[in-house]
Formats: sequence, structure tokens, C-alpha cells
Amino acid sequence: MSPAPASHRASKSRRAAEKLWQLRLYVMDETPKSQAALSNLTRICESHLKGRYRITVIDLLKHPQLAKGDQILATPTVVRRLPVPVRTIIGCLSDIDNVLVGLDLRAGD
Amino acid sequence: MKKKGAKLRSPAASLPKCPTGIQGLDEITGGGLPRGRPTLVCGGAGCGKTLLAAEFLVRGATQFGEPGVFMAFEETEAELKANVASLGFDLASLVRRQKIVLDYVHVEPSEIHESGDYDLEGLFVRLNHAIDSVGAKRVVLDTLEALFAGLRNEAILRAELRRLFRWLKMKGVTAVITAERGREQLTRHGLEEYVSDCVILLDHRVNDQIATRHLRVVKYRGALHGTNEFPFLIGDTGISVLPITSLALNHKVSTKRIATGIRRLDAMLGGRGFFRGSSILLTGTPGTGKTIISANFAQAAARRGERVLFFSFEESPNQIIRNMHSIGLRLEPLVKSGLIRFHSARPSLYGLEMHLATMFKEIAAFQPAVVIMDPITSLMDSGTPSEGKGMVTRLIDFLKAGQVTSLFTSLTQGDHAPQQSEGAMSSLMDSWLLLQDFEGNGERNRVLYVLKARGMAHSNQIREFLISSRGVDLVDAYIGPSGVLTGSARAAQTAREKAEALASQQEAARRKRELERTRAALERQIGGLRSEHAAGAEELRRVDEQVGTQTRLLTTGRTELGRLRQADASVTNNTGDNHRNGKGPS
Repeated sequence: MSPAPASHRASKSRRAAEKLWQLRLYVMDETPKSQAALSNLTRICESHLKGRYRITVIDLLKHPQLAKGDQILATPTVVRRLPVPVRTIIGCLSDIDNVLVGLDLRAGD
Repeated sequence: MKKKGAKLRSPAASLPKCPTGIQGLDEITGGGLPRGRPTLVCGGAGCGKTLLAAEFLVRGATQFGEPGVFMAFEETEAELKANVASLGFDLASLVRRQKIVLDYVHVEPSEIHESGDYDLEGLFVRLNHAIDSVGAKRVVLDTLEALFAGLRNEAILRAELRRLFRWLKMKGVTAVITAERGREQLTRHGLEEYVSDCVILLDHRVNDQIATRHLRVVKYRGALHGTNEFPFLIGDTGISVLPITSLALNHKVSTKRIATGIRRLDAMLGGRGFFRGSSILLTGTPGTGKTIISANFAQAAARRGERVLFFSFEESPNQIIRNMHSIGLRLEPLVKSGLIRFHSARPSLYGLEMHLATMFKEIAAFQPAVVIMDPITSLMDSGTPSEGKGMVTRLIDFLKAGQVTSLFTSLTQGDHAPQQSEGAMSSLMDSWLLLQDFEGNGERNRVLYVLKARGMAHSNQIREFLISSRGVDLVDAYIGPSGVLTGSARAAQTAREKAEALASQQEAARRKRELERTRAALERQIGGLRSEHAAGAEELRRVDEQVGTQTRLLTTGRTELGRLRQADASVTNNTGDNHRNGKGPS
């Protein structure tokens, strides 16, 4: 990813950031990995998007049919539905920097 | 097919099999893929992995009542539907009827960020959901290697793949996993490590500019399988693997005979021509009349009301029809009435396998009684010798199974020992006619002889093969001290023999006349002698008479003398002595 479009996108997302961020967290059952992902995501959102985000947790064990819609491969997966474009991050979100880059909250190096 | 699969499952091979329904593949694998286990299908780009997998699913759903799941990582659902439609599979309808689930898994490396630990439960969930939604028994994953491009953490990926295959086995589905061919291993990412029950390798090779697809069962745990490389085709009815070695020799045979269209040739073949459903090879050097004999054969069959399919690999139909005109064969009415059909294709148009498939299709569609391949050698040349022989074997088997009489012409180069060059093919043929030309006396003449004709008494004679505007004819050739005499030499020999016969006739007549003359002379001589003899006898009688008269006269004289001399009685009694004494001095 070249830095120029990333910063461009970042500025765009800042304007869009006035709107609500819609995040979906796909997990499989209430495993420690799922819980870690949720707490990591909440923490990042609280520090960067306070009051402007909504997290929907989808348990694929209960709703397997929902996996296809967002092209879910791995769990846990965070999908940023809004603002567009859709972004996907997989893993338990333990690497905060990586998550920030993935969500366009900070331009990657 | 189902029945066949069941039959092939011998009690010794306890491994249950899942018939693929793919023509030929079930024969090679002895009934299909291992049921309830994953099978790896690997091969390079464009070798037909996806189509094989798709056909496995479609046939499962349509022929064996086993619904399936197609999880595609590279093609979208719409693309997949369009691609398999070219094989005549209506995937869309199967999806609508809930026989097949298509699931396109979109893996785009640039869109995925990784952060921390994860697993592939999402994939499992999707697959599980798809399987359960239609009660799938078959699963295709095409191709899992896309995951290697999409996910950076290979350690997690490998662990998850291992888990996936275990899970598939546990689920009891028969799975086909496709993978790209690797450089040093079977697959680029070593998927064979996880799928160890059955591995099928597909290959697309270009040999002499002609591409041929091959399939090989590299591994089949717990079952016997053909390990050879088998050519396969992707036609408009799906994949067909063409096993050479699994064909059985159990054709029905006919005792009916069919005429060749050349009366003298029929006479050479026990008077009645070839057996119906037999294979006939006609070899000859260029310009010896192979196509002419073929055309005669075709015309004779069509006139009997039989359909003839004429595969021509070097001449166009119109060219053959025109050329046959020159010898008085009119083929176009028979072509118009639909009894003769020509199929012309250059051998280099496509690979042997494609030719074979095309021929099978044409034959199946036209249902001919006679098939002619002119010349089969140019077709065989477009592959390796073993491929060529394999093709002819399969062709003959196919034709014999349908009781179709087949005539193959074969072009040989040079005059010497054509038997050797055709050795490979000849053992497959029931009859073998040889056309040859003899050069001599400043001309070239054709001869024909029957090299073999299985199951019939046939002539061992060389016949001269004459082509004129009235058609073809066979005449006796002369075998002289200087070899076979044909053409003008034969005509000269005929004339010479005629002259010789005339001369000897004249000689005999002359001798007869001479003998008669001699005899007449002798007769005359005998006549002369006889009259001489008669004259001699007359002379003798005269002499006898003379002597008698003299004796009488003498005796009379003596008696008279004695009487005159008064001789005694004794002297008178001894007349004999006196007579003798008297004769002595005379």
C-alpha cells in the first residue's frame, strides 16, 4: 500500500468520521479468543471513536448463514461496514497498531 | 454406471467407493473415489481440475442422488455456472432445485488485515452450513491454495487445513480438493501432506505442437488402481478418460459377409468378401489405389442400403467425389441420399484424443455399418507411436462393439517390407490387403494381394490391379523367372505364349503330315515288295513245274532207255536212286 492513497483515504475517513462507525465482530462461540477480540475492539474504539461507533457481535455458532454475507473465513473477524470502503481485520486484534491501520484510523508506514 | 461401480467393488477391496460418473475414471479407480474421504486433484493451469471437480458434483447430484457443495475460491458463482455450462451442465437449475450449493469464498489479500491469533472457523461454519442445508454427500474445494495467498500466517493456516481435512472425514463427505501443480512436489503448497487417501494428477502436455491431456492416479490408499497415464478429453458432454488397458475383448462376432464392391476381390476372399464387423487394413505406397478401393467399398455398402461414414484426413469430400468420377464411381447421389457421409479433418487440427472423441461422436450420431479411415497413418503420425496404436485399438474396440465394419488405409513409404512399418497396427486387424506397385519396362503397375484374412480361406495369389475409366478390375499376374510380370510385360508375355502355342501347333501339324507321308511311302514300298514277292513265288512254281516235267521226261527217257537196253528188274525197281543220280549231273 503506497502512503499517498492511504493518507488520502485517511483524510476522507476523517470527514466521514463525523458519521457513525458500524463495526461487526464475527466470533465463534464464547471462547477466550472471542472475548479478547471484543475487549480489544472496544478499547480501540473507545480511545479513537468515542461515541461514534456501534459494534454488533455475531456468533456464527448461532447464525451460521450470516458468514457468507461478509465473506467470513476466519474468526474472530472485524468488518467495518461504515464508513465505506468495507475493511476486514482478522484475528483477536491483539496488535493494536495493525488494527488502527486496518481500520484506517492511522495511515500505515 | 452405478451398477458398474457396485460390480467393481470386489469383496477384497473393502474400501467403499463413490462413483464419479465421469466416463472412464470409475474404470481406472475401480469404482470411483474413496467414499467419505478427501481426494486431491492437482495439475497445472488449464488442465481441467475445476471441470473435473464440477462434473463430480453434477453427476453426483443428477445420477447418484447425492447433493453437493461447491466451494469456489477463485471463480464467482456466476462465472462457475457459465464455465460448466460449456460441458452441458445446468448448474443454475441444480442450485435452484437445492441439489448443489455454490459458495464463492472471496479471498483478497489486500483487503484482509491480520492482527493476532485466529482460526478458520468462519470457513468451517460456512461449509458446514452449506452441507447441512442440502444434505450434501460431496464437497468440492476449488482451490484451497487461494488461502495461502490471502492469509499471511502460514502456521495457523496449515494447522487449520489439517483440522479441515479431519473434519471433512468426520463429516463423512466425499471431497475433491483441487490444487495447483508444484515445481518439486505435487502441489505448490504441499497439500498432499494433508490429503493422503487419493491423489489424481492432471497434465496438459504439448507434443509436436499438439496438446493432449493426461490423467494419472498417483495414489489410492487401500485400493488397486490403474497407475498408467490415461489421456482424457474435455468434450461437450463432460470429461471422458479413455482407458486403454481396461477394455475387454468380448465383442460379439458375426459370420455374415459383406462384398467389397470388386468381384475379383470377393473371389480372393473365399468368394464372399469380408466379415461384417471386422477390421480391415489396406496398406500401400502412394498412388496404389487405396482410396479407390475404399470408395468402391463405400459405394457397394451404400448400394446395399447401409450407411457409410468416410473419414478423410487428407482430401476434402468434394475432391474425393470428383476423383472417383474419373473411374466411373458416382458417389454424390449416395451422399445426397444420406447413405454416405464424409468427415474431413486435417490430422493437425487437434490432438489424437480430440480426433478420437470427434470420431466416436460422429459414429454414435450417424450409426454407420461401415467406417472408412483414409488414411489412418496420417492421423497416427500426429502422436507418438504408442499413442497412435492406443488410439487405433480403442477405435477398433469401439467399432467392433457396435459391429461396424472398418476399413483403414495406411500409407507406406518405399517398396520394401511394408509389413514391418505396419507391424504395430496389423495385429489389430482381421484382414490385411496389400497394394504395391512394380516398376519395370518403363512403367509402373499396381498389384494387390491378401496378406491375411482371419477366419476365411483366401487366395494366396498376386493379382494385378487395373484402374480404368470403367472402374477397377483384378487380373491374374504372371510370375516368371524374372519376377511378377504386370502391365505391358504381362501383355507381351500373353502374346508370346500365344505365338508359342501357335508355333507348336503348326509344328505338330507339320510333323503329322510328314509322318503320314513316310507311312504312305512305306505303304507303297510294301506294295512293291508284295508284288515282287508274288512274282518270286510264281517263278518258283514255274521252276518246280519245269523240274517235275524234266524228271518225268528223264524217267520216261530212262525207262525207255532201259527197255531199250533191256535192263534187269533190279535196276528197274531202283528208280529213286536213278532219279537222284540222274539229277546229280543235271
